Amino acid sequence: MIALVALLQPLAVALGAPLVLGLTRQVRARLEGRVGAGVGQPWRDLRKLAGKQRVRPTGTTVVFLAAPVLLVGTTLAAAVIIPLVGVSPLDRAGDLFAVVGLLLTGTVALTLAGLDTGTAFGGMGASREVTIAALVEPSILMAVYALSLPVHSTSLAAIVTAVSADPGRVATPAAVLAAVALGVVVLAETGRLPVDNPATHLELTMVHEAMVLEYAGPPLALLEWAAAMRLTVLLGLLANLFLPVGLATAVTGAPSVAALLVGLAAVAAKVSVLAVVLAAGEVALAKLRLFRVPELLAGSFVLGMLAVTASYFLITPTG
Amino acid sequence: MSTPPEAADRRALEVSPGQLGTAAAGLLDQGHRLALAAAHDEGETLRVVYLFLAGARPDVPEMRTELSVQVPAAAPHLPSLAGASFPAGRFEREMHDLFGLIPDGHPLPRRLVRHAHWPAGWYPMRRDAGPPPPFSAAEPYPFLTVTGPGVFEIPVGPVHAGLIEPGHFRFSVVGESIVKLKARLWFVHRGVEKLFEGIDPVRGTELAERISGDTSTGHAVAFARAVEDALGVRPPAEVDRARVLLVELERIYNHVADLGALANDVGFGIANAHAQRLREQALRLNARVTGHRLLRGATGPGWARLLALPDPVELGRLAAEAGELAEICLRNSIVRDRFAGTAVLGTQQAGELGCLGPVARASGVRGDARWDHPSVALPGGPVVHSGGDVLARFLVRRDELAFSAELVAGLCRDGLPLAAGAALGRAAGTTAGAAAGAAAGAAAGAAAGAEGAQPRAGVGIVEGWRGTIVHRVELADGLLRRVKVVDPSWFNWPALPVALSGAIVPDFPLVNKSFNLSYAGNDL
Repeated sequence: MIALVALLQPLAVALGAPLVLGLTRQVRARLEGRVGAGVGQPWRDLRKLAGKQRVRPTGTTVVFLAAPVLLVGTTLAAAVIIPLVGVSPLDRAGDLFAVVGLLLTGTVALTLAGLDTGTAFGGMGASREVTIAALVEPSILMAVYALSLPVHSTSLAAIVTAVSADPGRVATPAAVLAAVALGVVVLAETGRLPVDNPATHLELTMVHEAMVLEYAGPPLALLEWAAAMRLTVLLGLLANLFLPVGLATAVTGAPSVAALLVGLAAVAAKVSVLAVVLAAGEVALAKLRLFRVPELLAGSFVLGMLAVTASYFLITPTG
Repeated sequence: MSTPPEAADRRALEVSPGQLGTAAAGLLDQGHRLALAAAHDEGETLRVVYLFLAGARPDVPEMRTELSVQVPAAAPHLPSLAGASFPAGRFEREMHDLFGLIPDGHPLPRRLVRHAHWPAGWYPMRRDAGPPPPFSAAEPYPFLTVTGPGVFEIPVGPVHAGLIEPGHFRFSVVGESIVKLKARLWFVHRGVEKLFEGIDPVRGTELAERISGDTSTGHAVAFARAVEDALGVRPPAEVDRARVLLVELERIYNHVADLGALANDVGFGIANAHAQRLREQALRLNARVTGHRLLRGATGPGWARLLALPDPVELGRLAAEAGELAEICLRNSIVRDRFAGTAVLGTQQAGELGCLGPVARASGVRGDARWDHPSVALPGGPVVHSGGDVLARFLVRRDELAFSAELVAGLCRDGLPLAAGAALGRAAGTTAGAAAGAAAGAAAGAAAGAEGAQPRAGVGIVEGWRGTIVHRVELADGLLRRVKVVDPSWFNWPALPVALSGAIVPDFPLVNKSFNLSYAGNDL
């Protein structure tokens, strides 16, 4: 039964991610006084793109072709490991560091594809993405480290199980600081405001969109899908690291179908709430000047650092 | 608004090519600016007219001085004025590309209007130019290549990701910092000035409305005034006041869209959503006032016609909401940070480049044709901010919008006669025979027709929402012989790269939007 988690999670992410994206857009549209295209619009867009002719820019290599597949693959792999619906049996295959590594692999594949097109925009987007990634990764690692210190393990299952057993852990200064640091990092990693503007048509300001400008048709559909899945996976991770309510854990033995359904509903609810909060927050935000983005991410890094320090000083010796 | 402004002090001087430099320098020293330079093909000779303007001061009426020079068409050499006036240098390059005039001593005698595919030696505005020859890309039209360690080129456009007019921008960058920006425009050359030749002023008005879609009424009014000036007709004061109303309505709907677009370019989408809503309200108001959302068909030589007066309450509400919108934008610290200090255009730079309109007034240059070349005496004075950055350009638009709404409301309260507009002879204006439309205009038109081939020239000036629009027409036999159109964008485009030096690439769209220049008005 537990093997189901490893199947159910990527399936749920793959199907649900466009809806999460649609939800953020719809919430934003309504808050701005627009009607909005509906929650299902990203799915309709994907269907439209998937049905289009394949066009490949001249001079591009296998790097360009492989990037969308790699991006989708790494994101789905992360979805297998991360405890979203329940604690995955494949948890031993990868810890938080592995998740970070998987997501970064996807990012690097995309930046290489951006460079592979040989256009100014691809290069520009890649350069900006790498700058941001170089600042994001240390913050993630710091926050992860702070979370793993109390449980003496970087295993996601261990962290999540410990928090489920003792929800009071979330209220420690270390956990709060780590949560904020991770929250900022998720914004940067998924290309949301104030770091990147997912809705812009201004090619000179783009980060993520600049790298994928040369894609069209089915590969573009894959990229858009992967971007939506990354957002969903990261929101799910954020939610379950700090509020693993409803998660089908192995504490009570093998989870039943009912427990899995509860877990699915719980993670869907949590991700939806986070998506709504994200969209609502974005309405009040504008895009930072590119040179101010490092300041924001440095702030996130400092929070992660403080979280680690706090974990050391405020750790309860459990032996 | 009761006392009509004093009549302009006009002069038209014939000078020889040798005297041109001294005469122009003298006028520039007296505070004139070069507003327009137009070449005219007279067969054996080419005649070039330079129009210098100086704004009205207290007790001093506005000055309009024309210098005209004749050069033989076979050897069309002129001394360049580029050293004395930057805009003159650009007018000379334009005249070279379209007429084949050769400015002697020009510091940058490169192509301007005609891209590489236009064959050398073919000048489209010459009377004997004929149909365009086959295009080839054989002519040199290079970009300046910036070299150095770490310098890269980013070519952008002319096809963009959004709905933007075509313009090619070549950035030379180190990292994200702009070392040099070259804007290449002139992708929309439609031959507008050529299309004006030989048509009557009624058709001419329709063409003028289509020079730049968002400045329909601005160009229509400038054209109408130029024709009236050529015919020696002064339309009734009601016409002038109706035109003020139309031009201000155009300013309102464009400025409110710009406020939102500036916010949108920094990712503050909610402000744009509401600005678009307000713009739509303004467009519907326009439709009720004139029957056309872009205010077309409401004025022409000798007449102006309104279907209804705008509701001052509705207009006041719109202006209040726009003001609140601007306030919300400026209260957002990220938006303010993006606007403040970005792409500063200094007062001296704006002055020397000859900038006009909100761009100039955001850099502390006090030029505004509504007071410099008044048709109706207006209260107050130009909105001026001195920051020169994106924030200042935002603030100028905000304040001008508020002023315009008040002005229109004032005009409505004073009671603008709709019927008088109708009585100005809309019906007469539609027939080509009575070109000038108005009863008085028709008479003058007939007089002009009787006078025969001797062309009569006139100048029309209006402060459109982008800045001062100047039209100069020459009429012969009641038909347009030559129309020269100068949109303020012509003067403001060179300021964009200047303001951007030292800025970063991702700030370009915002800065470009803060200038919001017309491609179509620049390239006729």
